[in-house]
Amino acid sequence: MSEEFVACHDCDLVHRIPVGQEGRSGRCIRCGGVLFNEKRNSVERTLALAVAGAVLFVVANVFPFLSFDMQGRVTETTLLSGVRELWNQDMGSISFLVLITAVVAPGMQLLLLLYILVPAHLGRAPHQLSLCLRLLRRFEAWSMMEVFLIGIFVALVKLGDLADIVPGPAIFSFAILILVLAGAAATFDRRGLWRLVPVSA
Amino acid sequence: MSAPESADSIAGHTARSLGMVSCHECGLLVRADPEGGLACPRCHVRLHSRKIDSLSRCWALLLAAAVLYVPANVFPIMTTTYFGAAQSDTIMSGVIYLMQTEWPLAVIVFTASVMVPLVKLFVLAYLAWSVRVGSTSNPGDRTRLFRVIDAIGRWSMVDIYVVTILVALVRVQALANVHAEIGAVFFGAVVVTTILAAQAFDPRLIWDSAEAAQARKEARASAEAGGLPNGNLA
Repeated sequence: MSEEFVACHDCDLVHRIPVGQEGRSGRCIRCGGVLFNEKRNSVERTLALAVAGAVLFVVANVFPFLSFDMQGRVTETTLLSGVRELWNQDMGSISFLVLITAVVAPGMQLLLLLYILVPAHLGRAPHQLSLCLRLLRRFEAWSMMEVFLIGIFVALVKLGDLADIVPGPAIFSFAILILVLAGAAATFDRRGLWRLVPVSA
Repeated sequence: MSAPESADSIAGHTARSLGMVSCHECGLLVRADPEGGLACPRCHVRLHSRKIDSLSRCWALLLAAAVLYVPANVFPIMTTTYFGAAQSDTIMSGVIYLMQTEWPLAVIVFTASVMVPLVKLFVLAYLAWSVRVGSTSNPGDRTRLFRVIDAIGRWSMVDIYVVTILVALVRVQALANVHAEIGAVFFGAVVVTTILAAQAFDPRLIWDSAEAAQARKEARASAEAGGLPNGNLA
């Protein structure tokens, strides 16, 4: 059984952890921070979730998630139409913030997962893996789709007595996409993928 | 999922005390260069044992967030026009409206938009202060507190998303429309600055300062026990 030394991310205490032991995880003995988490078939499971996530992401962005029917006049909204309307109202900063957190970050997260995991599944190290893993962490931190779903519910209630609100097909894609993204984050083995990057002398 | 198990540590040493640095990007444990300025041999980013200027960056962002919090709550975040009647809503008036219709959602929005930014500000300020004064009490609990604060910050975005959805949905020309207002810009800035403040804080400082304070205390105790003629130490 091979081993390696790692320091806890949150308190810097050094631990010896096993390498290549699928299904094992470990926490820091001092502060309880997660040290490693090797899921069984991590690459395949995360890849499956990323493929499902990519399809759901397209559906969630192409189709409207809510329609507003007021005396026969119907408006529909997609994620991007919200971003566009904010931009038209000279709310560029908010428009940008929503674009990044609800569209760009989750989209890039899924793209990077696919780009990293397809070659990894075929037993090859992806080109520019180091850069991709670093980018992935940035996008993960700003990807907030689950918060957006709560926003949809709040908007539904606020408009309930103004007009007829009809949930669109995208709303269901949203709900499942959030579960899929959470699952992908849980099965992804970052440390294992970093081991594919060669250490220079 | 198997139960997490503790890996054995090397007699409770930190990477820093062993003269090593853990790469903040890829997690590789590298022997530190005494000169400093070493690049990670795996991912080639510049290595540093602790986040650079962690406390000053954290304080600056907390101060900015605290200042922005006032206009974010005072100014309206949106104006709804419905059959000619315009109504402006602040974060709080939106919560009050929800309370009359769906109180569980009102609780969620109040927690996410009002409580979370405030709690984040106070807890991060407390953590930064506890590091500054060299507190030795419960570093484990303070680290867990930091992890919670770091995880909940994103939920404050809810109100920004609600405005986005309403703006996109309610646009029946003269009959009904929703306009985003300046309060939303300030509120978005609060969310971003508190998230950045949490990212700037380095929880390892909690352990560093606790260890340093503990070492000072022990040095003082042994100096007293040894009866050294130095009254200032007591």
